[in-house]
Amino acid sequence: MHKKVTFGGFGFPLLLLLPQLAITLVFFIWPAAQALYQSVLRQDAFGLRTTFVGLNNFARLLSDSSYLGSFKVTMVFSASVTLAGLAIALLLAVMADRTIKGATGYKTLLIIPYAVAPAVAGVLWYFLFNPSIGILAYLVRGMGYAWNHQTSGTDAMILVIIASVWKQISYNFLFFLAGLQAIPKSLIEAAAIDGAGPWKRFTSIIFPLLSPTTFFLMVVNVVYSFFETFGVIHATTSGGPGQSTTILVYKVFTDGFVALNLGSSAAQSVILMLIVILLTAIQFRYIERRVQY
Amino acid sequence: MADIAIKNVIKRYGDTQVIHGVSIDINDGELIVIVGPSGCGKSTLLRMVAGLEAISGGEISIAGRVVNRLEPKDRDIAMVFQNYALYPHMSVFDNMAYGLKIAGRPKEEIRERVEKAAKLLELSALLERRPRQLSGGQRQRVAMGRAIVRNPSVFLFDEPLSNLDAKLRVQMRLEIRQLQRSLATTSLYVTHDQVEAMTLADRLVVMNQGVAEQIDTPINIYDRPATVFVAGFIGSPSMNFLPGEVDAKGEAIALAQGPRLRSISQKLGNHAGRSITLGVRPEHLQPVAEGEQDFHLEAGVVETLGADVLVHGRLVEAGAAAPQVEGEGGAGIVAVRLPGHAKVAEGDRLPLKAQDGLLHLFDPESGKRLADV
Repeated sequence: MHKKVTFGGFGFPLLLLLPQLAITLVFFIWPAAQALYQSVLRQDAFGLRTTFVGLNNFARLLSDSSYLGSFKVTMVFSASVTLAGLAIALLLAVMADRTIKGATGYKTLLIIPYAVAPAVAGVLWYFLFNPSIGILAYLVRGMGYAWNHQTSGTDAMILVIIASVWKQISYNFLFFLAGLQAIPKSLIEAAAIDGAGPWKRFTSIIFPLLSPTTFFLMVVNVVYSFFETFGVIHATTSGGPGQSTTILVYKVFTDGFVALNLGSSAAQSVILMLIVILLTAIQFRYIERRVQY
Repeated sequence: MADIAIKNVIKRYGDTQVIHGVSIDINDGELIVIVGPSGCGKSTLLRMVAGLEAISGGEISIAGRVVNRLEPKDRDIAMVFQNYALYPHMSVFDNMAYGLKIAGRPKEEIRERVEKAAKLLELSALLERRPRQLSGGQRQRVAMGRAIVRNPSVFLFDEPLSNLDAKLRVQMRLEIRQLQRSLATTSLYVTHDQVEAMTLADRLVVMNQGVAEQIDTPINIYDRPATVFVAGFIGSPSMNFLPGEVDAKGEAIALAQGPRLRSISQKLGNHAGRSITLGVRPEHLQPVAEGEQDFHLEAGVVETLGADVLVHGRLVEAGAAAPQVEGEGGAGIVAVRLPGHAKVAEGDRLPLKAQDGLLHLFDPESGKRLADV
């Protein structure tokens, strides 16, 4: 039995909460408020004059073709990273689940990429695909395709997708493996006796039973591809060539800190904030009550 | 409809052999129960018949066709699992229809067959529910329904009742028996519960440490257990085992604890002078008038069950001063089953007689049956 501890006054509990509150305030609430405030202001090029412009920054963004282009880039990037990351991880997890000999070894090896920093992962793949010295670029060239992510937008996009997926597979793999191992073996055996072959067993029993895990990972991966891939992109393509790998969060950075268009950058981060809120709401609504079965 | 032939089947995991050459012939329509303590290999044997475990040696054939290398789905079997193994994301209807859908039967036929099975099992009102909305007994029925709806030639049951409470277990036991009788489908049933085994089986296979110790009808196994293990495993409370020796003339048995059994009609000339283990079931020790007894029992724990009274105690030689204590605990304790209202108190000395013709002699070394006495 737990003994309920109650505090007499208001001061002591507040004191205990203070460190956490301070961190939240300084690193989250304050910058978020700043962004909100900045998003309705406009500064001149030299930062001498600041004027209130209302929702003008947002209106400009929504009619700005480069911003809408970045939206499209983000969608392609995010969908590719999420789908490829989930599919490959699921495939690996299914195979790891079957393996008995050396299972721990495989699992450990598969989890290592998660410990690599995004920028390092980016640089690693940058070198592997480097048109002049990269071994993978050499192999691709051998197959008759002139790989060059420094000039081709498509190649650049593929490069950042590969680097981002590679890093995230470990995480997805862990969750899928745990999900697979939670499915009672007798269910699979019952399906086998009922006449289902391996593929049918996977599609009609295993995959539906994994759906809570899959849904959770989908949300996590979308959030990952939206925000945490900044390091990968910054270290490899810097959003280029042109705008071809400038995802929304990278555009916030370039517009705000490189081009110093603070009002527009702040408005962009407010939009991103809304997207995060939406994703979180979806996650809470569906994950917290679990996918029903 | 099919018969099953299990020929000298062996199971090995690496260097450890867990099943050492089991052979069973199962006739068409028969219900065979495999019973044994946990770890005796009974479930493994069943899973080899199902095709869920590879067969390391020997041969299993169903309906005259060797199935050693066939996938489970090609063996024409259905299995009921201990945890039911219902698909949690499907309704009762879909659970039962799953196999038929995979077999590609027409929709109309599937509906008809599922509804027929549901009616038989009184599940008609529950077809739209999910497994987690069902009670244990209902889930058990769905698992049975999933098995019968496919109309397989063999049913396999892997301890299907062990997750149910005692009362429901008795009820489901009857239902399984009736269902199996009416469908007349060859069935192999694994359990560790000897009451379940006795009541359900046409024939019983008693397994111990990967060996089938005896295969026979329940009553034959009860009457003439082939080994000490079988004798002790079948029957509750367990048979009493008393070490002793046949006398030189083969007319009496001297028990190691002192008393002599004289009232045996059969000559034991063949075993004269030999040490033996005498097996006596608790129900075959009769209370008799003072003077006619083989020995006295000094009552220890008395268990009143209503229908009968179980007395656990120690043997005392007629007229001896004190019981001979042979160690603590169960060693040397003898159980006796008396009629329901027998008045026995702890410390009483009961004059008992072993019923002639219902005793068992075993070889103390090999544990094998020597003679009926």
